[in-house]
Amino acid sequence: MEVAQQDVLTAPEAQTVTEMTGSAALLEALLVEGVDTIFGYPGGAIMPIYDALYDYKEKLNHILVRHEQGGIHAGQGYARSSGKVGVVFATSGPGATNLVTGLADAQIDSTPLVCITGQVFAHLLGTDAFQETDVINITTPVTKWNYQVTDANEIPEAIAKAFYIARTGRPGPVLIDITKNAQIQKFNFKGYTPCKHIRSYRPKPIVRPQFIEQAAQVINQAKKPFILWGQGVLLGSAEQEFKAFVEKSGIPAAWTIMGVGAIPTDHPLNVGMLGMHGNYGPNVLTNDCDVLIAIGMRFDDRVTGRLDKYAKQAKVIHLDIDPAEIDKNVQTTVAVWGDCKETLPMLTELVEQKQHTDWLAKFKDYTRQEEEAVINAELRPQTGEMTMGEVVDQLNQLTNGDAVIVTDVGQHQMVGCRYAKFNNTRSNITSGGLGTMGFALPAAIGAKFGALDKTVVAIIGDGGFQMTLQELGTIMQSGVDVKILILNNRFLGMVRQWQELFNERRYSFVDIQSPDFVQVAKGYGIAGKCIKERDELQSSLKEMLEHKGSFLLEVFVTKENNVFPMVPQGCSVSEIRLK
Amino acid sequence: MSTQDTLPEGKQEYNITVYTENQIGLLNRIAIIFTRRKINIDSLNTSPSEIESIHRFNIVITETEDVVRKLCRQIEKQVEVLKVYYHTNADIIWQEMALYKVPADIIAEKASVERLLRENGARAVVIRKDYIVFETTGHREETDNLINVLQPFGLIEFVRSARIAIIKDSEGFNRKLREFEKREPGEDVIENEYLNQRDKVFTM
Repeated sequence: MEVAQQDVLTAPEAQTVTEMTGSAALLEALLVEGVDTIFGYPGGAIMPIYDALYDYKEKLNHILVRHEQGGIHAGQGYARSSGKVGVVFATSGPGATNLVTGLADAQIDSTPLVCITGQVFAHLLGTDAFQETDVINITTPVTKWNYQVTDANEIPEAIAKAFYIARTGRPGPVLIDITKNAQIQKFNFKGYTPCKHIRSYRPKPIVRPQFIEQAAQVINQAKKPFILWGQGVLLGSAEQEFKAFVEKSGIPAAWTIMGVGAIPTDHPLNVGMLGMHGNYGPNVLTNDCDVLIAIGMRFDDRVTGRLDKYAKQAKVIHLDIDPAEIDKNVQTTVAVWGDCKETLPMLTELVEQKQHTDWLAKFKDYTRQEEEAVINAELRPQTGEMTMGEVVDQLNQLTNGDAVIVTDVGQHQMVGCRYAKFNNTRSNITSGGLGTMGFALPAAIGAKFGALDKTVVAIIGDGGFQMTLQELGTIMQSGVDVKILILNNRFLGMVRQWQELFNERRYSFVDIQSPDFVQVAKGYGIAGKCIKERDELQSSLKEMLEHKGSFLLEVFVTKENNVFPMVPQGCSVSEIRLK
Repeated sequence: MSTQDTLPEGKQEYNITVYTENQIGLLNRIAIIFTRRKINIDSLNTSPSEIESIHRFNIVITETEDVVRKLCRQIEKQVEVLKVYYHTNADIIWQEMALYKVPADIIAEKASVERLLRENGARAVVIRKDYIVFETTGHREETDNLINVLQPFGLIEFVRSARIAIIKDSEGFNRKLREFEKREPGEDVIENEYLNQRDKVFTM
């Protein structure tokens, strides 16, 4: 039906002019763009759009959230699990300002979003009208593009540009602010044509074969090459191309938390996680490799640690679609600027089939050391309180790595990313760059709408859950099936860990009290359970996963556990601590 | 240029030239790229270019080349920015314009107006009974110099424009723009400065 609609709206001969309101034109545009789900919250300045939406209820599934921040995180979760553009509606003033955290999160994590905000009547702009705020200027630093529409005639083009910009090149959030008069105004709608070109915008750089040849040459001469990959592989839908490259070159590959899942956790060349709480081998051997091949990742400081002691011995090859990332943090030897879906096959073609057996064995050796020092105790403690790691490990055994895991921010996030098993792409959804506490619950709601066939488990700490727990109302009303796994250590754990390690245990305001989460869930009609004993863990996780509909499982874990390994701030990756 | 010897190591004046669409809010989008990094803009001029609908920004900052290159990439990344170049003062011809308002009676009594004008390459824009407005263009030290000359004569008001600059080796923007308008622009337009000419003048 959507295809038929598209034909009518875009075929040149069918350029029949229809008189309609700006609001209706907006919704028609969304349909042509293939939008099926909108996360939003109505208000005064966006009422005409909601009035039009009343007639589109069958075609556009609007999910009423409980707070605009929840709406935009849900949009992010949807975009991340589905690979499509997330769409969010909010009203002017506070509705729009509540989007800012989510915009910043989507901007830093390259998540494609189109946010539509209502705005006061154009003639009231700048008069401090009720619920007027300067949304365009507030959101400029945290959007890939934004635009204010004051006339209905602008709507088709603005929406077309918004979707094109949000999803092409390095994706990102776009905000369109539409004044109320433009929403109401009737105009001659000449059909909707998706945007395919903006002259000042070049999302795909030209690929230069000579630099791919150079890169291949460097790789073929390498004795100890090492691949780092990030979300760029997922955003470019280049998982197959990436796998082919890794397997032919035989090079050990490690992931950033935004990139995990591009190849399965169990892949023999997947050597683990990079960064501050990443695996031992990938961090230490970054400063031992002779060639570092970075693919779709941006050398975040949480990945590199101290930059002046980062991989100084190595030649660096950087594949990225965004020229601004080349040489931003780490100086490259060969830059391969382009979409990795195009550049990786060209590189695979030129690299020699190899097996770096001895080099790979080094990684395995570090894995063994890490298992002995950290992992075994974390995943399989025999006595004492439960650990976060063992909960995640038990979960793996039940999901087999096929669930979408959404994490919040803090200790449980690091534990979740470290130990959760991923067989599929787009199955780890977390706030990587911005580190937004409160992200997980709404993002999980969106992730479920974006991947209805998947089990979605939100792993959340007791602190982060309390930042957006109002979205339990969204779960209640929409009936979405999200499994909520709260790892409760009665502390703001990551800050506490730092205070323990670096501030002489001066536990300054990290002791957080929580309500009875199961009772709270019950108030929203969501089933739940709280467990404190190890012997209940497996059966309770099973109960949660098998329950029809959403379920909240709260697990009391040990209070003062630390996440290790750890690269302390200001230290080099090779100075990673195991305890 | 005059303050060069006192600058921290590696820093010098850079002239950033930005070609953009004429879009509300773009000035802010570009300005915050500097302010976010706490970099002061020494001078900023924006005006329509020789091509209809295309605007040209001239921005002067004092920074190291590494910082300037990264800033230019961030600016060029903005959707409505067509092209960014950066140049040192040696690569450009630049001018600033200045206006000086001086009381007419004192000038008439104490100074030879003609001599002042000649020596400073200035001209009188307005001559009234109560005041005279002089105008001159040149480098910073030249316009500064005329302030010093006129100060003893009761300089009432002074204003200086932002810097505008012509790039010595530029071939203009017309041909490039035609390329941009194509669905598949050629390599010259999407040229990769990094890959192409890493050590030469920045152009992306």
